[in-house]
Amino acid sequence: MVFPERGLSAREALLVLQDGSFFSGRHFGSEKTAVGELVFNTSMTGYQEALTDPSYAGQVLTFAYPLQGNYGINEKDSESRKIHVEAVVCRESSPFYSHYSSKETLSEWLHAQHVPGIDGVDTRSIVSKVRERGVMPCAVAVRDERIPVEEHVAGLLEKVNSFAYSNLDFVPLVSPKKAERFSVKGAKKKVAFVDCGAKASMLNELLKRKLDVTVFPYDASAKEILKEGVDGVVFSNGPGDPARMKGTVETARALLGKKPVFGICLGHQVLALALGGKTYKLKFGHRGSNHAVRNVETGKVFITSQNHGYAVKDLPSSVKPLFENCNDGTNEGLRHRELPVFSCQFHPEGSCGPKDSNYLFDEFVKLL
Amino acid sequence: MTLPRHLPKKVLVIGSGPIVIGQAAEFDYSGTQCCKALKEEGIEVLLVNSNPATIQTDFEFADRIYVEPLREETVALILEKEKPDALIPTMAGQTGLNLAVALKPILEKLKVQVLGTSIETIYLAEDREKFRDLMKKIGEPVPESMQVKSATEAKEALKKLGLPLIIRPDFALGGTGSGIVREEKDFLPMVERALQASGTHSALLEKSLEGLAELEYEVVRDAEDNCITICNMENLDPMGVHTGESIVVAPSQTLTDKEYHFLRAASIKIVRALGVVGACNIQFALDQRKGGYWVVEVNPRTSRSSALASKATGYPIARVATKIALGYRLHEIENQITGKSAAFEPALDYVVLKIPKWPFEKLRASRGIGTMMRSTGEVMAIARSFEECLQKALRSLELRVFTKFNFDNPEELQRWLQPNELRLLAMKELLAQGRRTVEQLARETRIHPWFLERLEHVAKTEKALTSLKADTEGFQQLKQAKHLGFSDYDISAASGISTSTLRFLRKQQNLAPVFKMVDTCSAEFPALTPYYYSSFDGEDESQLLPPQKKRKVAILGSGPIRIGQGIEFDYCTVHAVLALKEKGFETLVINNNPETVSTDFDIADKLYFEPLATEDVLHVLEKEGGVEGVLVQFGGQTAVNLALPLHENHIPILGTSIDAIDASQNRKRFKRLMQQLRIPIVESGTAFSREEALGISRSISYPLLVRPSYVLGGRAMEIVYDESQLLNIVDEALFVSGNYAIVMDRFLEDAVELDVDALSDGLQTKIAGIMEQIEEAGVHSGDSSCVIPTRRVSEEALAKIRTYTKAICRSLKIVGLVNIQLAVKGDDVYVLEVNPRASRTIPYLSKATGVPLAKIAACVQVGEKLSAYFDDFDHELVPPKGFFAVKVPVFPFYRFPQVDPVLSPEMKSTGEVMAIAPSFEEAFLKAQLAAGHSFGKTVLVGNCGKWGKSISNAFREAGMKVISGLSVSEAVKQVRDGTVSLVVDGIRSRTSLATPPEIRKMAVQKKVPCFTSAYAALTLAKCLKKVRRLPSPISLNELHDGKPVLSKASS
Repeated sequence: MVFPERGLSAREALLVLQDGSFFSGRHFGSEKTAVGELVFNTSMTGYQEALTDPSYAGQVLTFAYPLQGNYGINEKDSESRKIHVEAVVCRESSPFYSHYSSKETLSEWLHAQHVPGIDGVDTRSIVSKVRERGVMPCAVAVRDERIPVEEHVAGLLEKVNSFAYSNLDFVPLVSPKKAERFSVKGAKKKVAFVDCGAKASMLNELLKRKLDVTVFPYDASAKEILKEGVDGVVFSNGPGDPARMKGTVETARALLGKKPVFGICLGHQVLALALGGKTYKLKFGHRGSNHAVRNVETGKVFITSQNHGYAVKDLPSSVKPLFENCNDGTNEGLRHRELPVFSCQFHPEGSCGPKDSNYLFDEFVKLL
Repeated sequence: MTLPRHLPKKVLVIGSGPIVIGQAAEFDYSGTQCCKALKEEGIEVLLVNSNPATIQTDFEFADRIYVEPLREETVALILEKEKPDALIPTMAGQTGLNLAVALKPILEKLKVQVLGTSIETIYLAEDREKFRDLMKKIGEPVPESMQVKSATEAKEALKKLGLPLIIRPDFALGGTGSGIVREEKDFLPMVERALQASGTHSALLEKSLEGLAELEYEVVRDAEDNCITICNMENLDPMGVHTGESIVVAPSQTLTDKEYHFLRAASIKIVRALGVVGACNIQFALDQRKGGYWVVEVNPRTSRSSALASKATGYPIARVATKIALGYRLHEIENQITGKSAAFEPALDYVVLKIPKWPFEKLRASRGIGTMMRSTGEVMAIARSFEECLQKALRSLELRVFTKFNFDNPEELQRWLQPNELRLLAMKELLAQGRRTVEQLARETRIHPWFLERLEHVAKTEKALTSLKADTEGFQQLKQAKHLGFSDYDISAASGISTSTLRFLRKQQNLAPVFKMVDTCSAEFPALTPYYYSSFDGEDESQLLPPQKKRKVAILGSGPIRIGQGIEFDYCTVHAVLALKEKGFETLVINNNPETVSTDFDIADKLYFEPLATEDVLHVLEKEGGVEGVLVQFGGQTAVNLALPLHENHIPILGTSIDAIDASQNRKRFKRLMQQLRIPIVESGTAFSREEALGISRSISYPLLVRPSYVLGGRAMEIVYDESQLLNIVDEALFVSGNYAIVMDRFLEDAVELDVDALSDGLQTKIAGIMEQIEEAGVHSGDSSCVIPTRRVSEEALAKIRTYTKAICRSLKIVGLVNIQLAVKGDDVYVLEVNPRASRTIPYLSKATGVPLAKIAACVQVGEKLSAYFDDFDHELVPPKGFFAVKVPVFPFYRFPQVDPVLSPEMKSTGEVMAIAPSFEEAFLKAQLAAGHSFGKTVLVGNCGKWGKSISNAFREAGMKVISGLSVSEAVKQVRDGTVSLVVDGIRSRTSLATPPEIRKMAVQKKVPCFTSAYAALTLAKCLKKVRRLPSPISLNELHDGKPVLSKASS
């Protein structure tokens, strides 16, 4: 597919999938070649939040909504200091933006952050493919005009085939190297926030509730955390296969019964593993702002923001399911039958997406 | 799935009545969905609606149907008679809510439960003062405002609030009487108007939010407080233009995630505070310069916006709202499209655009738009890019712009930048000419620059197409243009390359659109529903059945609701689909109207949401392949006009042949045919130029009826009594007629006009009804009241009518429906015109006779014989013995204060009501009441020419006080002062041509019924004299003694 150019790079780009199929589109952003796991997100807004969500490390993100970049990039909506996706795939990256808080276009931002993008591709068919065949490795590259396209695709396919998302540890790349303290005026309680690649909004939700927060790296030990004198612990979201998070799971297990614990997304999976449950990889995950979840305890239904490729199963008898997904029935949260421990698979902080479940942060505060 | 404990057994659903501006087909759509949802539960559905052209009043959708006036008294009688357990008033716009509020005491007395959102919540949402208090309580921002009940209070409020401010009457539909006051001199008159329009004589004066962005959210909440938003929509036109008048895009395009979600969260908070159980629409104003928002208003019911949101997302809001009203919780309801739960928020992977359709051209009114709704309908387009969507929507509007932009005149340029019907086109032209930049336009119009930039992209691409070459390099450019939604026609117009060459080039290179699915979920789940739109993106998702599995036909819809082409054609389209589905056909519908039942996802086997333009229709048919033929009879003139171009592209047209269509519409051929058949016609001629028109006028005597050929509803149709009048109107008629000639007929004064609808299979003809118009000849048949059976036509004339109708059907080999208009003077019968299609009287006739005419027509068009349905071909269909069925039109004059509300050959009505009663007089009066009229005790007889005396006498005999002989200014004063309850004025005849319109206009503004036809006025007087009490409501079931079914239609 080709678009009339509006002052943008006219170079062709390729998206090569592990199944051998490829898409030709227009390049934007950085010119480097990227390899990652191809996933899709169905949110209609929030590209800036999604691209800076560290949970996307190691992944190539396809936006199902065709028009991206409409309101540009601003200074306050990023969820971390940088873009974490390996590459961006979209139908159309807007060459023009207009918003009072924005400073640059999506393309300019990607370029500055060395992240490549491909647009002008039929993203709907990519989404269908991922839905049917599951997530798979892929590559995005600027088309090398000097060689025939088949040859270029074959070369990229080699790179694609050597990539295995589940065998890689992404958390060490996105987790802070050392602990950091955040204090709030008038705080009465203090919590530990184990950052496995957390979104900034999550930390802000805690600070907003007048909690002093000490952010710990993913490999902090229970001892270190307890030494800080915290009243509770939150395990954050993050990228990759939870089964590889042995150390963090160990930390979580050691904290059970000692402090109230709240797990979000990867944090939920870590907690489930610490309690004796299992995790497994979903065919194509849940990524979007429209996932309905039912609170098993109250029967209430609400819409959640989600970004996860793994899910929890086989919960031990010590816990009960707290939430379940209205569409596929997968587990979306758990609560310990005795201890002040609970978790959710979705993102109560929204960003991007709704904050209908924001009250969970309040519930956590009540446990402290 | 958990079942609710107490499902009601019998539910009354209120319909919204005739199509008026602000309340159109969207309520038939939501009401029909509601009926289906109730019937699924085994609930007996009662339906009351005065509008016969609604699908909800069909037996497939409701069990017992009352085509009765939507008045408190009538509905109360129905409630007493039927004793339903529950009532659903939220599927019928303001009409439904007002009725529910008025009926509260009787509902309580009869213990009829109001399902869904409670009457208390409706009050809370509608009473602006209470609503504001609630918003303040829950911390949602509302603009400063004050409620006033008099001019004195208004003056006080003005001091506090200052200008500009906005006036909104309480309890008024579609923005009637509302407006923005920018200058003090306009203040009091506008306050007066608003108080008049209000159901409670009160209005809200509010600080103006003009210029801010306007956003809407559609919210659904169940009785257990689960609450989701279905869709948000962004108005391109900023605050100051009614949302029904705005170009609207879904989802929002310029909002950040934070903005999208704080407005979403506010919506949910508001809906919870109000206690809505079902659907709700919320409007916000957003300051996109500094941030910050205000709550503008809520509609605690299904609405035009909810219909649009349903079509835009695939999420059936009315259906879900009905299930919620029955007590289901969101997650217990199935999303029929994905088979998953209805508790989710649709994710779109396309852009949706709605553009309103305005009646300015037909009403000769200025094109300005504002806070009062004036559009009659809307089109919707779906595409993968904004540019493509915009161009599809523009194409769907079927605009023929008479105006040329003269930007050299700075004043005119400024005028085009104000909100108006053609602003989008004017801005495109300004950008193309480089007279304005995106930034300048954004400043001047306050339209968000993102949209203007896209518009500029279209403008520049179009400009570049002027140098398009039909070669390899040119092909890339062509491809780009197609991706941006340019039609071959547009590209041809810009480049000079013929459409056939472009088509050839594209075919050669395989450049054709694919079809994508509307699935509510951005392809995240496999979808089950065949609802498609075209795109030039790679993958085609519209799967074909194995060949020869089923016979396949395409049915063309009628596009946006407009004057002259209303909901009646959607009704016929739906009937054709249902009949052929029943017969085992695979049915495809192509249409672009988001409000209607025909575009509901479960009507046709496949729905293609596309412009009704030749190329777009061809793309669908080429994609589908193996289509046995296209049915063009049911979608009004829009569909008929596509017959020839489709035929030229080798697409079979089912039913009446192309040649017969041409023979009936081409005046020369028509004339020759009538001569051959020895059928009298009025003298006539056709002209392609001013000179030819003058020539013809000299060969036929005045008065003349002048009209274009091939257009609907008498657009640019006029009666002229002399040469100077002819010269005044001939240019516009020629323009509107386009490539076709204008037609000039001798006009028969004081004749009776008749409408005949007939069914024919090419051999046999069944006359479906002979309808007699109440108004004199010269009033457009769509604007006339009519009655069946006839009352004033002699047996001899009737015999001629039957003979002529059959002769015409036989000689044209009509297959399907035909509509013939005739004039009768004494025993002489003249055929005026033959329309080879379903007419707007088909639903009315079907309801009156109990025979599903459009269904039979569709079956006949695929090869069935009429003898399968009828034994008797000698007699026309009539209502059951002892009953008269009357149809009365309704008009939009109140919203067009500058338009003279006089009836003429140009159609001006937006909709109609029907009434059935044992006598003509009762039926006529009942229909007048259903149309919203009441007549009081005092009639003012104004300028009525030779009719003045007899009209005055007739009303005196009916016991009314008659005021006559006043000067225009005295009469206007009487009407303004409210001493008059009925006005008869402006009756035309050779001696009294155009009379001053002031009395009539004042009557319209004071909501006093105004008759401008002598026959209708005399008829009314006779009816008022004769009828003392209206007969009790009667259901169609009682009338027809059971259900009309396709197989046992009888005479």
